[in-house]
Amino acid sequence: MLRYILGRLVSLSLSLIVASLVIFTVIEVIPGDPAAFMLGLNADDSTVAALRADLGLDGSRAECYVAWITGMVQGDFGTSYTYRVPVADLVADRLWVSLPLAVLSLILSTLIAFPIGLIAAANRGRAADYGIMGGTQLGIAVPNFWFAMLLVLVFAVNLHWFNAGGFPGWGTPIMALKSLVLPSIALALPQAAILARVMRSALIETLAQDYMRTARAKGLSRRQAVLRHALRNALIPVLTIIGLQFSFLLAGAIIIENVFFLPGLGRLIFQGITQRDLVVVESVTMLLVFAVIVVTFLVDIAYAIADPRLRRRG
Amino acid sequence: MISVDHLSLSIHGTPILRDVSFAMQPGRTFGLVGESGSGKSMTALALMQLLPEGFQTSGTASLDGINLLDRPEAEMCALRGNELGMIFQEPMTALNPVRRIGDQVAETLCIHGAAPRRDALKMARQKLDRVGLPQIALDRYPHELSGGQRQRVCIATAIALRPRLLIADEPTTALDVTTQAQILDLLRGLVEEEDMALLLITHDLAVVADMADHVAVMKAGGIVEQGTTHDVLSQQTHPYTRALFEASDHQPRRSTPDMDTGGEALLRVTNTTRHYPGPRIGLFRRGAPVRAVDGVSLGLQTGESLGLVGESGCGKSTLTRAILGLDPIQGGDIRALGYAVSPHMPRENRAGIQVVFQDPYGSFNPRWTVEHLVAEPYHLLPEAPQRDERRTQVAQALEAVGLQSSDMDKYPHEFSGGQRQRIAIARALITHPKILVLDEAVSALDVRVRAQILDLLADLQARMGLSYLFISHDLTVVRAITDRVLVMQAGKIVEEGPTRRVFEAPDHPYTRALLAAAPRLPDYARKD
Repeated sequence: MLRYILGRLVSLSLSLIVASLVIFTVIEVIPGDPAAFMLGLNADDSTVAALRADLGLDGSRAECYVAWITGMVQGDFGTSYTYRVPVADLVADRLWVSLPLAVLSLILSTLIAFPIGLIAAANRGRAADYGIMGGTQLGIAVPNFWFAMLLVLVFAVNLHWFNAGGFPGWGTPIMALKSLVLPSIALALPQAAILARVMRSALIETLAQDYMRTARAKGLSRRQAVLRHALRNALIPVLTIIGLQFSFLLAGAIIIENVFFLPGLGRLIFQGITQRDLVVVESVTMLLVFAVIVVTFLVDIAYAIADPRLRRRG
Repeated sequence: MISVDHLSLSIHGTPILRDVSFAMQPGRTFGLVGESGSGKSMTALALMQLLPEGFQTSGTASLDGINLLDRPEAEMCALRGNELGMIFQEPMTALNPVRRIGDQVAETLCIHGAAPRRDALKMARQKLDRVGLPQIALDRYPHELSGGQRQRVCIATAIALRPRLLIADEPTTALDVTTQAQILDLLRGLVEEEDMALLLITHDLAVVADMADHVAVMKAGGIVEQGTTHDVLSQQTHPYTRALFEASDHQPRRSTPDMDTGGEALLRVTNTTRHYPGPRIGLFRRGAPVRAVDGVSLGLQTGESLGLVGESGCGKSTLTRAILGLDPIQGGDIRALGYAVSPHMPRENRAGIQVVFQDPYGSFNPRWTVEHLVAEPYHLLPEAPQRDERRTQVAQALEAVGLQSSDMDKYPHEFSGGQRQRIAIARALITHPKILVLDEAVSALDVRVRAQILDLLADLQARMGLSYLFISHDLTVVRAITDRVLVMQAGKIVEEGPTRRVFEAPDHPYTRALLAAAPRLPDYARKD
C-alpha cells in the first residue's frame, strides 16, 4: 500500500512540474511581451519597461520560471496588476467561497446520485428505471444556470427562504452557509444526474458478475447481495467521476457565481483574463492544477482502499 | 432424499426443460452430462430457484418432501447455502475480488445465523483447512490465489453449513488436469464424509465415469437416458449417448503423413528465451525477470502435426506469440519458411503462418460480414485480390471448411460455435499458408462438434499439405491429431517424441503425472 502511494505521489509530482512548465510557457513565452499585452496597444515603451521590471520579467526565461516556482512554494503568488494586492490574498478570500461551495455541491450530488443510481440499477428495465433515466437525461441537458434561476424564483423571490445572491462572509457562519445552499443545489443537480447514470451502469455491470451469483447461492437475498457485494465493486468508476467533478466544481462555477453574485475563484480568473491581469491568471491556474492533482491523488488512494488488487502495483 | 419429478421450465415462453425426472441419495454422486445448451445448468438453477427473469416452472423438485419450486423467495434464501450449496465453473470470477476470502467463507455462516462474526471466522478457518487450504491465511484476497485454490474457497463457502445437496456446475472445466484431479478427489471425499448428495454437472464423460454413481444424459432440455453409471456407460442404449461416447474418443482418419523428415524444418525454433520484467520491489527496483520461455527448441516438418501440451502458466501461449512474431524474444532464434520471425518482420512473411484461437467469437469483429472477416488476412499480401476475385476466394475457403459460399454475407452471431470455428479456419486458410498454429482451437467445443472439426483439420492437412502446431491442454485431442508431441513445464520442454510413444511410455515424471491425472473413460465404456 505504501509503495502504491509513493508511486502515485511520484507520478503526480511529475505531472505538476510538467503542468507548471506548460502554464509558464503558454503565458510568458508566447506570444510576445506580457507587459505590453497587459498594457494594451497604446502603451509607451517606458511604461512597458517599468511593468516588466515590476513583474520580474527582466531575467532569462529559466530564471523567471525558477523565481515564479520558488515564490509560489513560499506562498508568494506575485502581485496583481489591477488590484495592486498580493495574489495570495485575493485567492485566499475567493477560495473560502469556492472550496465550501464545491464540497457542498459534491456531497449533495453524491447523496442524490447514489440512491437513485442504485434504485435504477436494481429495477433495470422497469418503470422506476425509465423514470430515473429520463430525469437524469433532463438533468444533464438543462444548463445549471437555468436551475439556478428557477431556484432563485421559487425559494428567494416567492418563498423568501434564502437571499437571491451575495455572500455575507464567514463572520456569520450560518448566513454564509445559507447563501451557499441555492448555488450548491444548482451546481449539484447536473452533476448528480451524470453521477447517477455512471452509478447505474457500473452497478448493472457488477450485478452480472459471477460472484453475485455465488452470493445468491450462499443464501443472500437480492438486496443483501447488492449492498454487500455489488456496491463496493461498482465504486471504482464512480470515484473517477467524483474526482473529475470536484475539479470542475472548483473553477467551473463561473456562471453560477455570477448568477448568485458570489466572489469565487471562477470569477477571479474570469476577471483576470478580461483585465489582462496575467499574474492572477497564471497563479490561479497553477493553483487549480495543484488542486486537481491533490484530488486525483485522493481518488487514487480511494481506489486502493476500494480495490485490493491495486495495492500491489507501483 | 432429493427427487425431481416432471420438471419443466420455460423462460419468457421459450421451453428450456421438459419433463426432467431423477432422484438423488445422500452420500452419492449424480452426474448430469450433455452438450452445451442441453439444459444441465438450468436444471441446477431451477433447484436453487436462481433462474433468469421471466421463468415458469411446472412439476416438483423436492428436498425431503419440501417442494423447492413453490417456496417463497425468503424461504429459499434460508435454504440456499444452508441445505443447498452450489459451486460454479469459473473459480477466477466466482469470488468477490474486493473482499477477503475468510470473510467470504464466514458470510455463509453469518447470513444463516449459524455463528457471530468472530466465531464464524474461526469456523471459516476450519472449513478452509478441510478443503485443503491450511496454508492460506483468512485475510488473503482472491486475486492472490490460483484457480484451483479459488475453487477450493468456493467449495468451502458452499459446504460451510454441511448442505444436504451440493451442486457442482462444471467445477473443473476451467482447471488444469492435475488441479482437476485434486478438486475431484476433494469432492469425492466430502460426499463420503459429510453424507451429502452431489449433483455433478459436466460435459466430460470421463469425469462422470470417474465420479458418479448414477448418471443422466441430457439433450435439448430433456433426459434421454439414465441409470447407474456402469449401466449407462457400458450399454449406451440411446443413440445420442452412443454418439457422445464415440465423439469423445474420436480418432480422425489421418493419412500417414507424407513427411519430409530429412529436409530443412518449415519452422525452426532454436534455444529461444522469452522473459518478462520481474515484479516491482521498490520504486526503481524490480525482481528477477520471469522466464516464461526458457531455452526452447523445436522443429516442425512439412506436413507434420506437432503437439505442444502443458498446463496453464507453463509458457505455451508466450511461445505461441513469439512463433507468430507478435512478441520479441530475448535469446535464440525463430525461423519460419526461411524467414526470421520477429515483431518487425515484413507483413507478407506473415501470410505463410496463420493462427486459429480458442474462442472464435472473441476474435471476430461482430459488425463485420463473414466475407470481410475471412478476407482480413489479405492485408498481409502486397497484391490482394479485389472485389469479384476476392469473393471467389472467400467462397472457396468457406467451401473448403464445409460451409456454404452464401454464408459470406452473414454476420458471426448467425452461426453456432462449431461453424464459427470453421470460419476462423477459413480465415486462416485464405492466404494459403504452409503452417497453421491451432491454439486451443477445439477446446471450447462440444465433443461432437470437436470431432467434426478434428476430421476437418485432418482432411485439410491431407489435401493441402499443411503443417500444424497444435497447442492444447487437452491430452485426448493432442493424442488424436498429432504425430509428435512436446511437453512443456515451467518454460522448458521436458519431453519430446512421437505421440504414441510419449503417451504409452512417458519418460519424464511430469508427463507421467499429467497422464495419470487426466480422467479416462473406463474400459467397460469402450465399444470396440
